[in-house]
Formats: sequence, C-alpha cells, structure tokens
Amino acid sequence: MGQITLNQITKSFGEVQVIPPLDLQIEDGEFVVFVGPSGCGKSTLLRLIAGLEDVTTGEILIDGNEATRVPPAKRGLAMVFQSYALYPHMSVRKNIAFPLRMAGIDKETQKAKVEAAAKVLNLTDYLERKPGQLSGGQRQRVAIGRAIVREPAAFLFDEPLSNLDAALRVNMRLEISELHNSLETTMIYVTHDQVEAMTMADKIVVLRAGVIEQVGTPLELYHTPRNTFVAGFIGSPKMNFLTGAFAEEYGTDTIGIRPEHLDVSQSEGKWSGVVSVSEHLGSDTFLHVDVNGLPDPVTVRATGEFGVRHGDTVHLTPDTSKIHRFDKQGLRIA
Amino acid sequence: MATQHSRSAARIMMAPAVILLLGWMLVPLTMTLYFSFKKYLPLRGGDLGWVGFDNYVRFVSSSAFWPSIQTTLIIVGGVLLITVVLGVLLSMLLDQPMWGQGVVRILVIAPFFVMPTVSALVWKNMFMDPVNGLLAYLWKFFGAQPVEWLSDASIFSIVLIVSWQWLPFATLILLTAIQSLDSEQLEAAEMDGAPPLSRFGHIVLPHLSRAITIVVLIQTIFLLAIFAEIFVTTQGSFGTKTLTYLIFQRVLESQNVGLGSAGGVYAIILANIVAIFLMRIVGKNLDA
Repeated sequence: MGQITLNQITKSFGEVQVIPPLDLQIEDGEFVVFVGPSGCGKSTLLRLIAGLEDVTTGEILIDGNEATRVPPAKRGLAMVFQSYALYPHMSVRKNIAFPLRMAGIDKETQKAKVEAAAKVLNLTDYLERKPGQLSGGQRQRVAIGRAIVREPAAFLFDEPLSNLDAALRVNMRLEISELHNSLETTMIYVTHDQVEAMTMADKIVVLRAGVIEQVGTPLELYHTPRNTFVAGFIGSPKMNFLTGAFAEEYGTDTIGIRPEHLDVSQSEGKWSGVVSVSEHLGSDTFLHVDVNGLPDPVTVRATGEFGVRHGDTVHLTPDTSKIHRFDKQGLRIA
Repeated sequence: MATQHSRSAARIMMAPAVILLLGWMLVPLTMTLYFSFKKYLPLRGGDLGWVGFDNYVRFVSSSAFWPSIQTTLIIVGGVLLITVVLGVLLSMLLDQPMWGQGVVRILVIAPFFVMPTVSALVWKNMFMDPVNGLLAYLWKFFGAQPVEWLSDASIFSIVLIVSWQWLPFATLILLTAIQSLDSEQLEAAEMDGAPPLSRFGHIVLPHLSRAITIVVLIQTIFLLAIFAEIFVTTQGSFGTKTLTYLIFQRVLESQNVGLGSAGGVYAIILANIVAIFLMRIVGKNLDA
C-alpha cells in the first residue's frame, strides 16, 4: 500500500516560504512525476514526503495514518538520490543489504533478498565490486536495488537520471517504467525534464515556485494546459505564443499553438515568414521562422524532410481546432 | 615544453635547494654515525679513539634503555588515542552550523601556534602547580587534596600537555575530511533505518579512516621526537625518560658523545620502522 496525502503543507526556510499551502493526493500504485524548472520546490516537496525535511505546517498522511512527525526510516518509503549516495567503502552486496541489516533481518533472508534484487536489476555479476568500480548506470541500479529490498510503500526518486548520458537515460527510463509495471508500487519521481515526465508518468504535477500549477495525466496536460506556464513547459519543442493582432483575431490576448499543429508550405498559408534556422533530424524538420510582427521566432515541425534553408520564405497555417486561447492572466479560456 | 634544454635548465635551478637539503641531512647523519663508533668524552680526555660497536652494546644494555622505549611508546600511544578520539568528536561538533563558526575554528587551532616550551611552562606553572596552579584551586574548591601532577601522575601529565598541542592538528585534518562527506549518504542511511550511532559507525568513520591514518602517521613521526615538554617539566625524572631524552642525557649530562650518537642511530632505526609500517597502511588505504 502506498497512498500519500498532503494536507495544507507549507515549508519555510527562515523568512522565506518555499512552499505555500499545498494539497496533493497520490493514489496507491500511481507513478507520479513532479516536474518544474529548477528552484520550483519539487525536490523540497519530495524531501518533505521522505521526512528529510520537517514540514512547517500542515500534515502528511501515508495510507491514512498521520506521518508528519514520523522519522524517515519509519515511514516505509525508499529514496533514490541524484548522486546515488552509495556507501563507497561497501561492496554492492553490502550496499543493497544495508537497509536489511539495519532492520535486523537474519543473514539467510538478507542473502536471498539481495540476490533476488540483483537478478531483477542485472547486477548478479557485480555483487562483490565496490561502487567506485561501476559505471553510472550500474550505480544507478545499485541505488534502486537498495530501495527495492526494503519493499517500501512508495519509491521516491530525486532526479535519478540527471547524471547519466543521453543514451543511458533513455534505457534507464524504460527500466524504471518496467520496474513500476512489475512491482505496482507507488512511485514519486522528481525531474526537470518534461520528456521524462511525459513518458513515465501516470500523473504529472507541474510546480512553479512551490505552487502546483496543474495536476493531470500527460495527455491532459498536453491537450488542455490550464495556463501559459504549463502550456509552455509541457511539450517539445515549446508551444508558440502569439499576441497582438494574431490573438485578437481569435478574440483573446494570447493564443498558443504547438509546433506540430502548424502546417507549413512554400507556396501559400495564413502567415508568412523567413526561416532563420532549420534543424534536420531526418524523421522531422524543425524550422524557426521569423514572422513579421512577432518578437520571437515561431517554431514549426514538418514531418520528414523539408527542403528549406536559412533565408527562404515559408507560409504557415495553424490547425484552428488545436489553438489554445489564454486571457490576460495567462489562464486558459475554454 | 619538456625539451632537453628546458629539462637541464630545470635541474640547474633545483640544484641549490637539493644540495642544501642533502647537506642539511647528510652532514649531521654522517657525524652521528662517525661519533657512534668512537669513544669521545669532551671534558674527560676528548677523542679516545675507535671502539667499534662498544657504544651500541653499552647503550642497549644500560638499565635505562628498555624503560625509555616503554615510556616513549606509552606517550606516543596515549597522545594518539586522545587526539584521534577527541579530534573526531570535535571535528563533528565544528562541522555543525553555528554562530561565530569562523572565530571558533581559529580559536581551536590556536594551541598549535604555541611553542612547545611555552605551552609546557604554562601547563606546569599555571595549571599543574600543586600550590598556585588552577587545577590545585579547583581541587581545593571541592575540598580535595591538590594532586602533584608532575611527580605523582608524571606520564599522564605529559600526555595531557602534548595532546593539548596536537589536538588542533588532528581536528583540522579530520574537519576537512568530514566536510567532504556527501550529505546524501547520511540521508540515505537515515532512510535505510540506521540510527545515529550506526550512521557514525557505518558511514562517517569509514569515510574518515584515511584521514585518521594520515593523522596517526604524521603525529607519530613528530611525537617520537618530543623533547621540550619533558625538559621543561620533569627533566626526565618520575619515569618520563623517553628515548630522545635518554640520548640528550647521555650526550650533555654524561658528556659521552659516542654513547649518545649510538642512541641516535637506534632512534633513526626505530623511526624508520614506524614510518615504513605506517606508509604501508596509508598506501593500502589510499588505493581503496
């Protein structure tokens, strides 16, 4: 079981309130991702749940039980740290067995559990090595192994992939998703990378300056962002925001249109502009187009190869049904 | 650019320092070896010729030799124990964020800046004096008979004085080591259910092991040679005669340079045994 409820949680460091009153409900078995730009309080929120920081006011319930003042070890949560936080002087086996040893579990059971975890994580051949002799991905797996053996109510991940290279990150992303599917345990995952959030999450929590901007499934956030912040944060490349005359046509202050919802043509279209940069990825082509009357270039995604170069003129037509309208405060207009 | 030319230029520029250091080391070493094979009594006839290994045999067979080795080991061991244990505790305390941290850290280092002679005098006259000492006042305040530290607990007193001088050194090295400990490791251990004492034993102490061996190595080499503290306080009486002090007595009080030099050679051998032994431990620790 791993149902976590945050009730009017606040956190202040001295005079500075980093988390204003915040409510959040995390269901058992859910994969929840906290995402936001750096300094938005997502790691602090995770550490509050873990118990590594004390909440200033409010309460935390784990499986319906008050856990606000319960010490971290007693909350039944396991955490994977950004630096992995492996114990450098212990072998992989001892690292994974450490929580079991601290819980006073007998040697035989320890051995069985460590070996089971090592098998799941492909670490069997490395059990006698020290963390210093492992690669980044292996260290990451050891850290996960140390969390698994505790059979926690929920896993907490604090930006676990940010120290890995791009290829390995994609692999580990899949492995963590698979792990979630097989364990069916609640996982809370903190990242600043919206791609990780979109690909892994059952539920995404978008944070800005300690405030929850929106909670929803990845596709809800993609299709109906509540405000310009969420709209700009979710989706890659970023959504284009158009103001002034472009927005007035749709009866509002700002409109947003994603790069993939713009039709681009070399002969005709609604808006025209000059290509400043074109990025050819093979599968897609991203064009950055300077449209007359707009301060920022508009990003457009063309499927496949699209043979234009710097300085060429192109014409853009938005898919009208996919235009997002926002008011003066940046809130979505239905 | 390590060309032939720049390399020879570098050698020429380093030469004065190397020659000076070699001379500084080699001249006294050669003289000690030279005198150790001679019967040389400056006030009783001067150079009385070669005597072979006579001095070496006499130095070891003297009734004062083995007690002096024992005293040396007790003092070195005692100081190491006190400075390492208190150093670990003090460095953890100083690592905590607190008001006036900078000032406190400088104050902690202060004893290291006091000359050994001065600190021994201060301890002898201001703390341990059985009539006027601060400790005597303290004892009298509680109605107890003041302790005559330097005669009744002589070795302990010297260990105390020397520990006071070397504690800052140990604390400083251990503090820098403790500051390099990744706080996420401690947090991970906390989440893994390790209570504070286990966190200390399983995480902090292993992390400090390398720094501790370095403290032990460096301190041992310096502690084998302590002299001023003994000279100023007990003059080698009450069982505080270390090997160094014995050599001093042989040369200056008995005016027997040859015998003292033989003792000096023994001291060199002893220090080297300790150094080799400790270097191997440190080497093993540095590999990990």
